Amino acid sequence: MADLSTDFVGIKSPNPFWLASAPPTDKEYNVRRAFEAGWGGVVWKTLGLDPHIVNVNGPRYGAVWGADRRLLGLNNIELITDRPLDVNLREIKQVKRDWRNRALVVSLMVPCDEESWKAILPLVEETEADGIELNFGCPHGMSERGMGSAVGQVPEYIEMVSRWCKANTRMPVIVKLTPNITDIRYPARAARAGGADAVSLINTVSSITSVDLDTFSPEPSIDGKGSHGGYCGPAVKPIALNMVAEIARDPETAGFPISGIGGITTWRDAAEFIALGAGSVQVCAAAMTYGFRVVEEMISGLSQWMDDKGHAGLDAIRGRAVPNVTDWQYLNLNYVAKARIDQDLCIHCGRCYAACEDTSHQAIAMKPGRVFEVKDDECVACNLCVNVCPVEGCISMEAMTPGTVDPRTGRVVEREYANWTTHPNNPAAPPRAAE
Amino acid sequence: MIPTPRTLGIAPGRLPAEEIAANFADLAPPLTPHEALVAADRCYFCHDAPCVAACPTAIDIPLFVRQIATGTPEAAAHTILSQNILGGMCARVCPTETLCEEACVREAAEGRPVEIARLQRHATDVAMARPGHPFRRAAPTGRAVAVVGAGPAGLACAHRLALLGHAVTLHDARPKGGGLNEFGIAAYKAPGGFAQAELDWLLGIGGIEVRYGAALGGDLTLRDLRARFDAVFLGIGLGGVNALAAKGTHRDGVRPAVDFIAELRQSDDLARLPVGRRVVVVGGGMTAIDAAVQSKLLGAEEVTILYRRSRGKMSASGYEQDLAAGHGVRILCGVVPVKVKGNGAVREVECAYVEEGPKGLRETGETFTLKADQLLTAIGQTLGPDVPGKLELEGGKIRVTGPGQTSVKGVWAGGDCASGGDDLTVTAVAEGRDAAIDIHRALMG
Repeated sequence: MADLSTDFVGIKSPNPFWLASAPPTDKEYNVRRAFEAGWGGVVWKTLGLDPHIVNVNGPRYGAVWGADRRLLGLNNIELITDRPLDVNLREIKQVKRDWRNRALVVSLMVPCDEESWKAILPLVEETEADGIELNFGCPHGMSERGMGSAVGQVPEYIEMVSRWCKANTRMPVIVKLTPNITDIRYPARAARAGGADAVSLINTVSSITSVDLDTFSPEPSIDGKGSHGGYCGPAVKPIALNMVAEIARDPETAGFPISGIGGITTWRDAAEFIALGAGSVQVCAAAMTYGFRVVEEMISGLSQWMDDKGHAGLDAIRGRAVPNVTDWQYLNLNYVAKARIDQDLCIHCGRCYAACEDTSHQAIAMKPGRVFEVKDDECVACNLCVNVCPVEGCISMEAMTPGTVDPRTGRVVEREYANWTTHPNNPAAPPRAAE
Repeated sequence: MIPTPRTLGIAPGRLPAEEIAANFADLAPPLTPHEALVAADRCYFCHDAPCVAACPTAIDIPLFVRQIATGTPEAAAHTILSQNILGGMCARVCPTETLCEEACVREAAEGRPVEIARLQRHATDVAMARPGHPFRRAAPTGRAVAVVGAGPAGLACAHRLALLGHAVTLHDARPKGGGLNEFGIAAYKAPGGFAQAELDWLLGIGGIEVRYGAALGGDLTLRDLRARFDAVFLGIGLGGVNALAAKGTHRDGVRPAVDFIAELRQSDDLARLPVGRRVVVVGGGMTAIDAAVQSKLLGAEEVTILYRRSRGKMSASGYEQDLAAGHGVRILCGVVPVKVKGNGAVREVECAYVEEGPKGLRETGETFTLKADQLLTAIGQTLGPDVPGKLELEGGKIRVTGPGQTSVKGVWAGGDCASGGDDLTVTAVAEGRDAAIDIHRALMG
């Protein structure tokens, strides 16, 4: 069986699945049960300085649902822990003492001055926790007080606080990044420049999940008013994957350890983050939706896939997808594909036809008997039919063999790679030699 | 002595009243709002959806299901009722397993279609629970139309005509309207007086004057109607029944299944409705199934359906056959009754095996005898005796072309009495509706 053991900046865990700093990791009871369920690690919900903060006394979460009310996105306006610092520290110490082989990282958020950090770091160190995660990510509430994403949005602050922490603790320092910025590479570079050991991302996305059409209040509604929250869950996974990839392939941060977070719901999601360079993965919404037991599927699924593929350990897959992330301009324009509909799998719903006919390239024919066929002379291989088809594997994209003629363009499919940088329509392309 | 299923002869109250009441409860209970949302989420919103093509009234099913899924069942009902004003009844009685739900792509994909019928019932129940009527009449046209027959075809026709602004006079031979909805279909498909409730709701459109107890051939003549109205629609159904070609059918206990069902439907106390200990039902259609299952539910000990052809040729759907089998009804195929025996009342039915040959069915010579106290015939219905002679017939029904035009100018027909189409409630609704649109076109130019 594949070895899932993980060593992330020196923090060891039996598997890469950590619970993210969030409501599930707010107290000893939860964390013990999470470890019993099999989670490899937890990042304890963010501690702050006393007096501890307070939370609203109304709804903290909003949601977006898919079919059958499947939770696709969850938004929260909960703040950092609302329990006294010493209670949390005592519990962390207890749990760590009993669960030596699990990762226990403590998330921290204190005002942006060195004294505050100097004050809290030794207290955490005394718990024998494995590391700290600097919460520069939460976009709601605390950011109004100059913390959370207010820090994460200013690379200079990230660098400065990272440096303070590294100077004042022996524990590994992970910087948790907010996605509520324009270019994730700058905060990541700042963390590295400040000496941090790793980054974790993404924290939640600023969001309003819905508006109550009776009261005209945003949700979650507190006495008729709403405030933007932080969005997580399956809906944010694509945003997170991209940001992880951006950092992984940025020459300035290449190789910088990343703990991947954002909508990880199944083993497959986790494997994708790892393939894009994540050293560990953090989960929250999936646990909040289904309970701690989801980790069993994550462990078994990742193990089975690794066994099937012959990957002995996580090192064999980590970062494997990074070299394949590139800029659009380097994509091979000589690669030509066509949609193919498997008539045996087709259930004749016609969604591919409606999508293509109404909104794309009119490249699917509807024939008698509700038979749907691709018109190769119109198909640009956009993939929309694949995406709207309700039957997995029914429609696929098939690459054309070089040397054959693309009926859409009438041109022979070239064997050689060619991209936009040299394309004749590109004004910036180098001039071609006279023929 | 308190009767039991084994009491000899034909007797009421074979089961405790509570058990009979439970037996006749809703066959397919309404979806709860939660169930409706879960069910609606399964619809793929197909392009040019096959379910719509399979619906005789062409209800835009993907649209109404999406309207339910997005929390607007009233809008869903409007989508349904715009095409089929008896969408509430059709949701209950349509053989959807051979119509929309058979065509559903999820039936192809998973063998489990979207529950279209129950979703349609959900939406129409919500709409009909609201006060008022969801449609508004057009301005009066000054034209008057006579509709004869207040069954599904007549009601659909009358409603559409009223909607278009015509003054409608709706006639029916019986003391109340609804036709087969009220007198024909199995009680457990539309319990709680739904047929009358739907009729009353439908009449809420206004502009429809109702005359019950007015039968064609009695006070009512086609000549008179043509003289007094600008157009006439006949939705008179099938008033006669085919006779059983067996000896001894005069014996007590032999009767048409439709009469048995009508009596059952009009009974206000099913515990007092008599049924045989051993009931034999002859026929292979929905009427046979309905009669057999309801006999069983009333407490008959043994119920047997005799059908002359193979099971696959029964016009009752597989679902209906399974429903009967599930209630303990025995279905014997390739069998005909040849002689009803008894001393005054039925005691036995002599049956013969038949097989299909080049010249049709023929008896194999092998026979057997079933004990029976009651024999119900469900071998097809015919036009009643009072059809005006001027109307040309085709295959024993009023010949119609296009949207219900008969051979007589100014007279339209639809539903079971008219040629073509399946004898289904939903087909009758479509024909009545389409005839109304054609009448409107003819009257308004």
